[in-house]
Amino acid sequence: MLTFRVAIRALAKNKMRAGLTILGVVIGIAAVTTMVSIGQSASQMVQSQFEMLGTNVIVVRPASRRSGGVQIAGMPSLTARDVEAIRTECPSVMAATAMVRAGGQVIYGNTNWSPSEMWGVGPDYLTVRNWPLRHGGFFTERDVSSAAKVCVIGQTLVRELFQTSDPLGQTIRIANIPFEVIGVLEPKGVNLFGQEQDNIVLMPYTTVRKRLQGSEFDHVHLAMVSARSMQQMSDAQNEITHLLLERHRIHPGEPADFEVQNTDEFARVLGMITGTMTMLLASIAGISLIVGGVGIMNIMLVSVTERTREIGIRMAVGARPKDILRQFLIEAVLLSCIGGLIGFALGVAASTGLTMLINTLSSGSEWQVVISVPAGIIAFLFAAAVGIFFGYYPARRASRLDPIESLRYE
Amino acid sequence: MLLSMHRFACDERDEARISMALIELRDIRKIYDLGEVQVEALRGVSLDIHQGEHLALVGPSGSGKSTLMNMVGCLDRPTSGSYRLADEEVGNLTADRRARIRNRRIGFVFQNFNLLARTSALENVELPLLYAASVSARERRRRAIAMLERVGLGDRLGHHPGQLSGGQQQRVAIARALINEPSLLMGDEPTGNLDSRTSREVIELFQRLNEDNGITVILVTHDPEIARNAKRIIALRDGVIVQDTPDIDLAWSSLHSQEQEVEP
Repeated sequence: MLTFRVAIRALAKNKMRAGLTILGVVIGIAAVTTMVSIGQSASQMVQSQFEMLGTNVIVVRPASRRSGGVQIAGMPSLTARDVEAIRTECPSVMAATAMVRAGGQVIYGNTNWSPSEMWGVGPDYLTVRNWPLRHGGFFTERDVSSAAKVCVIGQTLVRELFQTSDPLGQTIRIANIPFEVIGVLEPKGVNLFGQEQDNIVLMPYTTVRKRLQGSEFDHVHLAMVSARSMQQMSDAQNEITHLLLERHRIHPGEPADFEVQNTDEFARVLGMITGTMTMLLASIAGISLIVGGVGIMNIMLVSVTERTREIGIRMAVGARPKDILRQFLIEAVLLSCIGGLIGFALGVAASTGLTMLINTLSSGSEWQVVISVPAGIIAFLFAAAVGIFFGYYPARRASRLDPIESLRYE
Repeated sequence: MLLSMHRFACDERDEARISMALIELRDIRKIYDLGEVQVEALRGVSLDIHQGEHLALVGPSGSGKSTLMNMVGCLDRPTSGSYRLADEEVGNLTADRRARIRNRRIGFVFQNFNLLARTSALENVELPLLYAASVSARERRRRAIAMLERVGLGDRLGHHPGQLSGGQQQRVAIARALINEPSLLMGDEPTGNLDSRTSREVIELFQRLNEDNGITVILVTHDPEIARNAKRIIALRDGVIVQDTPDIDLAWSSLHSQEQEVEP
């Protein structure tokens, strides 16, 4: 405790040097803090993107069947009846929707527009995707069974086709077929891969099949299924797999003609990638922390030489070698801890600034500033460890000085 | 010469009867190993110093008087021989134990004051107490103020060494040396950097401390006028005691005569 005060006094006597000494650690800790923070924002971003994709989503898609080593492509195997069975027969499934891809231009009045996504879906779509409507309603089972000529559009279409006028009840034409706009989706922004998600038109999948494609088959391109909860994801996956194996009469040992993908796994992999990136960046930043530590050692060594006489005086009046060791060690640790605190504050400021910059540059995405308290504590402890590690050698050197020679030192 | 030796022997016997010696040096040798050559700075010094003595250590440079002073001050260890301080063998103690002894029993005053720069007089005087166990901050402050008042610097508590005159700095150093109430006060050329008037003041302070407070004072000096105030003079030459006398002139002449013997 006493040596603590002695160390503070000694540091206070040379504030300029103390400031320069801690600069390295300040930068090091600030860099680590910023990197970890940005990394965590990125992971959180990934996480929220997956939440945007829908809640507890499982994707079922037809797979190419192999027959005797030959891949038979383009054999659609998933039907709307399969999807309906998944929805009604799997207890862990909350909602399921068939999805049929479509394309083409949308015309309203004398304006035309190509939506990037045009899908035929079922009434459960919004539930699965966790996507609320802004105005109007969504199509019902009746619309699906009657292949009604209705559609729901995203914000981009509202902006491009209707500008300020109300799109509800208006008629747009797709492939020369008139569709009534019955609903408008909430904006969703860009997805993980930078694609805009609001440039979308949704119709009943039956409408797409029968009216746009003129097909009587009820094959679908994929199904999106939502489990009742996070915990029931794997149950749901198993149930779907068993159900489809049975329905498609696939015997054990035969390859399945469909794939059941859990978006969570994908999220985990992506999370792992961002986690690895964060670690990598933090490690690189950590190197600057070590450089900062070497800076402290350097200055402490200079300081020991410069204060040889002071050490001699202290020893003459009764300081034991370990008192001197402790004083210099505490000085080093104090320096690095102060540096750590300032660095952490700077890091918080920098990551806030960077996050804001990212949000301004990539409009639509909403990065959150993530400041983790454990990261702060770890940064602080690491700074203290740097102080001990790099302060020990100079402190030991100071404690081993000979009092007589130190007193004579000019 | 013969007479003084005789008297020294008598003194030793008399005082041994009265009190035990504070310092007992027996055949102290100090050899500095400078790699290729070995320098013998002390070659068998035996000396008894009693509580309350006022001693001057004189001799030309290289005579070993500084080495002897460092030895007595527990800053250094003898290569061989026995050093008993207050009936405790201290010649072969560890650095930690010697620091303890310096802290509790010995006060140092140096030629160049050796105060901590940019540190107030008060803090400088408090310094030894920082390394003494269990003295509260309040107690440290109280004692340091009292000590500075005693040396006449009660109005200079917050001044840094740079803001004090040489004499004032040396008095701060004396206050620091006395703060732990040592039984032994050592001065290494304490007036070497002071003008004659301030020197006299400092020497008078030493004298008062010796006479009024019974503190044992050992001064290393080459100035006969300073040495004259001491009651006992030890003259060293080439690492041995050549004279131990209360008579400064005798001590000086013995140093001088030896010089002539050596140099012809």
